[in-house]
Amino acid sequence: MSDTLVDFDEVLTRYEPVIGLETHVELGTESKMFCGCSTTFGAEPNTQTCPVCLGLPGSLPVVNAEAIESTIRIGLALGCRIASWSRFARKNYFYPDIPKGFQTSQYDEPLCTAGHLDIELDGETYRVEIERVHIEEDTGKNLHVGGSTGRIHGADHSLVDYNRAGIPLVEIVTRPIPGAGAKAPELARAYVTELREILLALGVSEVRMEQGNLRSDVNTSLAPIGSLDWGTRTETKNVNSLRSVERSVRFEMRRQAAVLDAGERVVQETRHFHEDTGSTSSGRSKEEATDYRYFPEPDLVPIAPDEEWIEGLRAALPELPAARRARLKQEWGLSDTEMAWIVNAGALGLVSDTVAAGATPADARKWWLGELARRANDSGVELTELPVTPQQVAELAGLVTAGTVNDQLARQALDGVLAGEGGPAAVVESRGLAVMGDSDELVAAVEAAIEGNPDVADKVRGGKVQAIGALVGAVMKTTRGKADAATVKRMLEERLVSS
Amino acid sequence: MTTTENITSSSAADLSQALQAGELSSVEVTRAYLDRIAATDGTIGAYLHVDADAALEAAGAVDAARARGEELGPLAGVPMALKDVVVTEGVPTTSGSKILEGWRPPYDATLAARLKAAGTVLLGKTNMDEFAMGSSTENSAYKVTRNPWDTDRIPGGSSGGSSAAVAAGLAPWAIGTDTGGSIRQPAAVTGLVGHKPTYGSVSRYGLIAFSSSLDQAGPMTRTVLDAALLHEAVAGHDPLDSTSIDSPVPVLAESARRGAEGDLAGLRVGVVTELGGDGHTDGYEPGVLARVAEAVALLEGMGAEVRQVSCPAFDLALPAYYLIAPSEASSNLARFDGVRYGLRAGDDGSRDLDEVMALTREQGFGPEVKRRIILGTYALSSGYYDAYYGQAQKVRTLITRDFTSAWDDVDVLVSPTSPTVAWTLGSRVDDPIAMYAADLCTLPASLAGVPAISVPCGLSDGLPVGFQIMAPALADDRCYRVAAALEAAQDAARGHALLAGIATTGIATKENAPS
Repeated sequence: MSDTLVDFDEVLTRYEPVIGLETHVELGTESKMFCGCSTTFGAEPNTQTCPVCLGLPGSLPVVNAEAIESTIRIGLALGCRIASWSRFARKNYFYPDIPKGFQTSQYDEPLCTAGHLDIELDGETYRVEIERVHIEEDTGKNLHVGGSTGRIHGADHSLVDYNRAGIPLVEIVTRPIPGAGAKAPELARAYVTELREILLALGVSEVRMEQGNLRSDVNTSLAPIGSLDWGTRTETKNVNSLRSVERSVRFEMRRQAAVLDAGERVVQETRHFHEDTGSTSSGRSKEEATDYRYFPEPDLVPIAPDEEWIEGLRAALPELPAARRARLKQEWGLSDTEMAWIVNAGALGLVSDTVAAGATPADARKWWLGELARRANDSGVELTELPVTPQQVAELAGLVTAGTVNDQLARQALDGVLAGEGGPAAVVESRGLAVMGDSDELVAAVEAAIEGNPDVADKVRGGKVQAIGALVGAVMKTTRGKADAATVKRMLEERLVSS
Repeated sequence: MTTTENITSSSAADLSQALQAGELSSVEVTRAYLDRIAATDGTIGAYLHVDADAALEAAGAVDAARARGEELGPLAGVPMALKDVVVTEGVPTTSGSKILEGWRPPYDATLAARLKAAGTVLLGKTNMDEFAMGSSTENSAYKVTRNPWDTDRIPGGSSGGSSAAVAAGLAPWAIGTDTGGSIRQPAAVTGLVGHKPTYGSVSRYGLIAFSSSLDQAGPMTRTVLDAALLHEAVAGHDPLDSTSIDSPVPVLAESARRGAEGDLAGLRVGVVTELGGDGHTDGYEPGVLARVAEAVALLEGMGAEVRQVSCPAFDLALPAYYLIAPSEASSNLARFDGVRYGLRAGDDGSRDLDEVMALTREQGFGPEVKRRIILGTYALSSGYYDAYYGQAQKVRTLITRDFTSAWDDVDVLVSPTSPTVAWTLGSRVDDPIAMYAADLCTLPASLAGVPAISVPCGLSDGLPVGFQIMAPALADDRCYRVAAALEAAQDAARGHALLAGIATTGIATKENAPS
């Protein structure tokens, strides 16, 4: 069954979207939330487990202090109030990936509340209110074997890997975000992007979306324009890339508009996002709402962070991305638009590191947004995944500035670097890419060009100085671009134009 | 003096001395118990699992170490039994439930590890009400356990296997667990000493959880001194239990020894009105009240100042307990879903996941466990939480306040341990409320987390009566001091320990009777 969709622009003529995001972040702590097991990604299934994270009878949890600290730091970075008294709660439900039959989470007494995150989008600032930030444990991972889709339906059997069970998971929940209109999908993406930058700056998680370190549940609802009430929302689960966040909002807006246009009600439900088609589909329909029967976790004592500790953590927060961008923009003398290009290309860190390695901001920006962006695009990888370091880019820019290579030779040198032949200077050396000086070889090439093009030479001699370009081109051709064009021109003039 | 003839009726303290003095070997002691288990446990039904070879091997290792002159702790070589709720590495652990049949845990509970490190010898795992839910051990999924004083009667519960084992001479002492009275009540009805420590003073790591905020393990022994010694061996901070109290192990055995000297001058004793006092005698057997009154008089005779203390909120302990404990249990028992260990029912390819989980729980849990899961699930449900679980927590606070204000005036509070002596097997099985009433006197201390001991105070109709002594949190030593004074005074008056009467009235006459 495929959904009827309304054209996106048309949706906005009749409806106003409200979005909301619940983002789960796996913390990068050495050990799990409630036991000493390792959190390393990709180990053999069920090798990083113990009685506690397997939920064996009799086992008890012990809180990972570093995870609490990370959660508080995230809360502080998002301007939250940090609770002076916070408790864990049990969220009870049956599923094989939760070994205890409940998830140890937080309910009505979360660690951090009432924060906000300002998102810049096309010159406008949207304030996203953060309702809460709390800490919980991740679940195990189900592997459904035998089905075509990897989902439980149609599978022969299922396997569970508990390596992930008990990894500290921070949940960051926004309040509903109205008022973004056509920008709602982009705002959702920009919010997750900014959140990711903050988490990176804090160093609390590797935030690798492809490894599931960061997963967002995206809520979307539509209300008729002018309506005082918000519409019924759907929750699209486990949207695992920035692009998908945007696409899922866009799709849900188009689908829900069609439902409402047909005079039907949007069903409040969980939906799955499909990367391949960019669509969502209804999750398993539940006959009744799940009652998680939350109650305070009796196996853990409350967390009561003292003021002094919190203030110490606040004082030690690193420079946050928004402040950093503002500072760098000023230091580099860029316009808002120029800065936005860098940020949107995901190149801020690369450019910054390249400048730190000695390049001018203009050169660093030129290389990363120009030649390197092109290469990354051609190979279908992220900029950060290119096998070239900011130090190497700075070195390359330095070679151009020093006149050792020209732009064209520098691009050839970059080929060598990307091919793993070594650093720029080494590649210039090994490939013989240095610009020719006023050498015998160049003198010979210049004289050969004059001899080989007597007509042109005569024209130049006769005062048609602009014809000299053809001779420069001939020299560049014989030297295969290694000559410096300005030097060649000067040498030709010395021979053809009387001073 | 302990000899080979009276090994199975000796106190653990005496066995310890004989072992240290080289008068007995651990193998001799262990074999004596194993022989008695082989001879009489068919009648008593105290044990779910006995591994004679492993016990003898452990005993032999202690003897060998002693022979090599290694320095051993005082408990080295003394046998003991563990309630089957205690997780033991490689040794079957069922918590009295079919749902865990065949499970051999990959780890030791902290208290099991501590007893192992102390060199004690595990005789076996004792029977219990399924998941510690019950007051008669009749809710065990495996077998009936009989009271050695009268094998037609219940041994108490839920630690009824432990109480029966110690009373019948099938173990010198045992570990029980107490959520609402499961150490104290079975100790009371079998003539033993049973102590529920301050919540958090004995690690819960490796106790299969019933109600996490109430569960506490403790000793069940023949003498007060034994209880203190066993308590000391398992007490102390455990980093694996977040609710474990980080304070030094209390001096308990010394308190018991001092108490036995019989001087209670200046001790202020409060008799709780709401627990069998004036106007609160409904459901209490006159014989029980008489023995308790005599015990109070004995304390007074040793110099204690006795007064009545009213704790009005104690009247609400039973309903509050039967909301809090089932609520926590409904969550604690959710892990038994047939996915990872224990029973899995109906996984023949014809059922989906939810159906296999449901069938496993349907077949694996007994009726009382199901009753409490349903109660707890209901009490925690959205829309009912505040009215039930929330209210019950408030009652718990009120009970704690009653205790706190009582401590302004008295050093200990006393009451009967249980309103009645051991009842006849089967007589309350169909009446859960009557069964729950057995915990009336023990629930307040459980809900407040304070320590409480049950010490024998004589017989009523030939059956033991227990006397409960409650103290402020972390003042477990007071329980031992007062209990030891009472024990010494009674033994002196009687001319022998209460348990000594069991050999003629109990098993000896019933041993050959058809069960």
